[in-house]
Amino acid sequence: MAISNRTHRRGNEHFERVPELGRAPIGSEEEARLANIWKSEPGWRGWLSTVDHKTIGLRYLVTAFIFLLIGGIEALMIRAQLALPNQTLLAPEQYNQLFTMHGITMIFLYALPILSGFSNYLWPLLLGSRDMAFPRLNALSYWIFLFAGIFMYMSFPLGLAPNAGWFNYVPVSGPIYNTGPNIDVFALGMVLLGISTTVGSVNFVVTLFRMRAPGMTINKVPILVWGTLAASVANLMTIPAVSLAFFLLWMDRQFGTQFFDVANGGKPLLWQHLFWIFGHPWVYAIVLPAMGIVSDALPTFCRRPLVGYTAVALATMATMLIGFLVWMHHMFATGLPTVSLSLFGAASMAISIPSAVAVFAWIATIWTGRPVFQTPFLFFAGFVILFVIGGLSGVMVAAISLNWQLNETYFVVAHLHYVLLGINVFPVIGGIYYWFPKFTGRMMNEKLGKWNFWVMFIGFNLGFFPMHIAGLLGMPRRIYTYSSRMGWDSVNLITSIGSFILAIGILLFIINVIISLKRGKKASSNPWDAATLEWSMSSPPPAYNFAVIPAVASRHPLWEDRLEEEGARRSNLAEGYILMKGHETLSTSPIDARPLVIFKMPGDSYTPFFVGLLVSLLFLGLLLHWWIFTGLMATASCIALIIWMWPQKTLAQRTVSGTAHPLQGDS
Amino acid sequence: MVLLARIMITTFSMMAFIPMLILPTEAVEAAEAPLNYFLYSDGPAAKPTMYLGWVLTGLSLAICLIITLLLLAALIRKRPKMDQRAIGNEGKGIHWIYIGTGISTLILFGLVIYSFMVVNKVAKPSQPTMLAFTVTGYGWWWKIEYEHDDPAQRFVTANELHIPVGQPVRIKLKSADVIHAFWVPKLAGKTQMVPGLINQQWLQADRPGIYSGQCVQFCGVGHAHMGLEVVAERAEDFEKWLVAQQQMAASSAISNEKPGYELFMERCAGCHTIRGTDAQGKHAPDLTHLNSRHRIAAGLLMNTPDQLMEWIMHAQKLKPGSRMPSFALSEQEASVLASFLSTLD
Repeated sequence: MAISNRTHRRGNEHFERVPELGRAPIGSEEEARLANIWKSEPGWRGWLSTVDHKTIGLRYLVTAFIFLLIGGIEALMIRAQLALPNQTLLAPEQYNQLFTMHGITMIFLYALPILSGFSNYLWPLLLGSRDMAFPRLNALSYWIFLFAGIFMYMSFPLGLAPNAGWFNYVPVSGPIYNTGPNIDVFALGMVLLGISTTVGSVNFVVTLFRMRAPGMTINKVPILVWGTLAASVANLMTIPAVSLAFFLLWMDRQFGTQFFDVANGGKPLLWQHLFWIFGHPWVYAIVLPAMGIVSDALPTFCRRPLVGYTAVALATMATMLIGFLVWMHHMFATGLPTVSLSLFGAASMAISIPSAVAVFAWIATIWTGRPVFQTPFLFFAGFVILFVIGGLSGVMVAAISLNWQLNETYFVVAHLHYVLLGINVFPVIGGIYYWFPKFTGRMMNEKLGKWNFWVMFIGFNLGFFPMHIAGLLGMPRRIYTYSSRMGWDSVNLITSIGSFILAIGILLFIINVIISLKRGKKASSNPWDAATLEWSMSSPPPAYNFAVIPAVASRHPLWEDRLEEEGARRSNLAEGYILMKGHETLSTSPIDARPLVIFKMPGDSYTPFFVGLLVSLLFLGLLLHWWIFTGLMATASCIALIIWMWPQKTLAQRTVSGTAHPLQGDS
Repeated sequence: MVLLARIMITTFSMMAFIPMLILPTEAVEAAEAPLNYFLYSDGPAAKPTMYLGWVLTGLSLAICLIITLLLLAALIRKRPKMDQRAIGNEGKGIHWIYIGTGISTLILFGLVIYSFMVVNKVAKPSQPTMLAFTVTGYGWWWKIEYEHDDPAQRFVTANELHIPVGQPVRIKLKSADVIHAFWVPKLAGKTQMVPGLINQQWLQADRPGIYSGQCVQFCGVGHAHMGLEVVAERAEDFEKWLVAQQQMAASSAISNEKPGYELFMERCAGCHTIRGTDAQGKHAPDLTHLNSRHRIAAGLLMNTPDQLMEWIMHAQKLKPGSRMPSFALSEQEASVLASFLSTLD
């Protein structure tokens, strides 16, 4: 653990400090001092100003889950309409708004934010840090997500919700064919949400490379971290494309620009390229962290580490890289030359190779392990099958000429629901069962949990598998009704029944959460006997996370005593740096995780909330053409940002000097 | 023992679920579905894709079954007794990834090549096309123009396209408003109709029959009701159809004295065309040979006198958002209009 050859960032000796090494067990004077330093103010003040990543993570989880419920209710209305042929429960315009909002809600307001919730809550705990790299940015990211979600739902009660599908092709979403505010709400909402996603992604990337505990080299971070890193990098590269697309569309709609206006030389296909250059990497962004949840949590229930950690980590990154080369498979039917389609078709098939790595790693982990049949495990094991089905139907739609048949039919609807529900919702619910004791200090009910899994699993397959068949029978997406003569009656009825059973499964989950919150069994710090750092602290964790910054020597710090490795170094969780001169945590080098700097972290602050609110009001001004209001809000946001950024002497970072870190067995 | 029993129950309930994953729901109904390209494709532009679909489906089901069995075996296989607190070795099991990924890669490599071969087959017809139609997507119907070097031979019709059996036919695709997609699934894959672009595809039917088509790109409120039909017929029948469609409307029908004709000119001619009369509207289907078509309202209704009048009087109810208004006609008006329309052969 040599730190002598680090470069000094500042010459000023004033900023050098030798961090104290020591212990701070629960109940000690040091521990009490830490708790005092890191606690949030009680009442609404603390509620508005907190930057604690755990609180923000839980807010993300709860908010995203509420959006899941809203999107789910929309789906049930859609399924009620389609249960029988020639139904008139919904008018076509209502139907169009419902399926559009269903897509927007599930894809943008549920699928990524829920994973951001897990990552926000877990990252510092997994990495051995006291917070994310940018706590206030973290709070801002949440507030803007919340406001953007509300923004996109603003016109829904007026019956003027977005109505051109979640990928919103022009010209059907353009100014000529869509005259109301429907699409403007969506367009501006997406630009606003893009701010949230971008700052969140920056935070994850920097946190990974600067905030790991000493000794946690890059090849020791959990797969969830790799998954979120991949998602964050993908977001940083592609959000600009979609924000630009929506901004250009809004300009076309409001100011008569002609980016997509055919009559004046605009190009509708430009929209499809810009959207899918974003859209396809995004699809991986909303599954890779969820796959990470399984890769990290499944081994706990198999009583062994994940098989092929390196292969799975590399596969995660490979998926993201290849993910940039597949967007055109959404556009196979647009008349592009077949040579260029071939490249994208081949890449779309090749992307299942890294997925195969993950599948065989999971199965091998179960095979060579000793499975413990608890509720989270059922969700993860069930997920493997859904992942395989979704992956195989993905290979089918990647075959170009078959795609010309399958695309825009219910086959694709089936595929994307297997991918998004199977690979996102199942791991998410399993993940909540898994980390619920850490979140709340109580266990969830096992018996209800098993019922929950089986009802969801059966309902899901009953609901979504027949959609494949509907697609093969030629049923197009996004039709609000169909005639009996098309032969789609029974598949649709089964799908509708299945979707309601799935909804009952989700209801069981909610009931279980509510019951367990009040009456669940009290959880110990490590109820599943898991291996990673988040289980080393009390449940729920203290505000400061780690009383001492631990030293990490392996991927399984809590299993080291039982892993059959000779002469391996041991992690040291009891003794480490005690940083307690204000909000402090340790920053380490990007690859080797050598101690570099004492990060002085900002405390709670109202500015993220106000910046978020003011920026959202600015977008409201743009939507309603209140130009003076918009100008005022722009000015106010700038002032709020200046207050935020105002230099504080206490936040100047300290370089670490002097001591080595205590890994056990290190000489 | 309790644990074992639990595992058995879990496994059996999972197994009971497998057949449902694999069996299609109702084979009988499937056969009747007019868009069932998966089992009943016809012609060289669609059949190779259908076989590709069979191969991929079979392979997918097989892989799914194998993985399910592996997973189940992994779940229930017997394990030697060990200390409950013991943790397995990290290095064990890595060969699973090598073998599994290796086999998957080989299969995928084969599939890439096979799928390219199929694209190559269906992208272009093997013989040059002699016939061409331009199909233009409108909200929410299809304008069909017969292409010919001699302008006198060209004509316009709507929602029903005839092709001769055994011949490749080129289809040029345009859009008058938003993006639609032209899809006659039993004869070929879909192609988007993008405003500002002219896309092309080709069709060939090897057996006579009626092949249904459908707009398959979301295009607004009427998207669900935008069907068309391709009628494949023997060459001589096709020639007859061409000649009939090239004619103007029969002059017997269009004398000014007839009240039905007057009513049509007053109410309908702004949007609809009847060639050979003053009705030259361009916003809606050409009605010159209305009665030659099987269906009306872009596939929504059969073309019978009753359904036609139902459509004229309740278009907004039957096809909400359509540009065709619901006309409030008195009984007498309805009957004269019906009798006029019945002459448009």
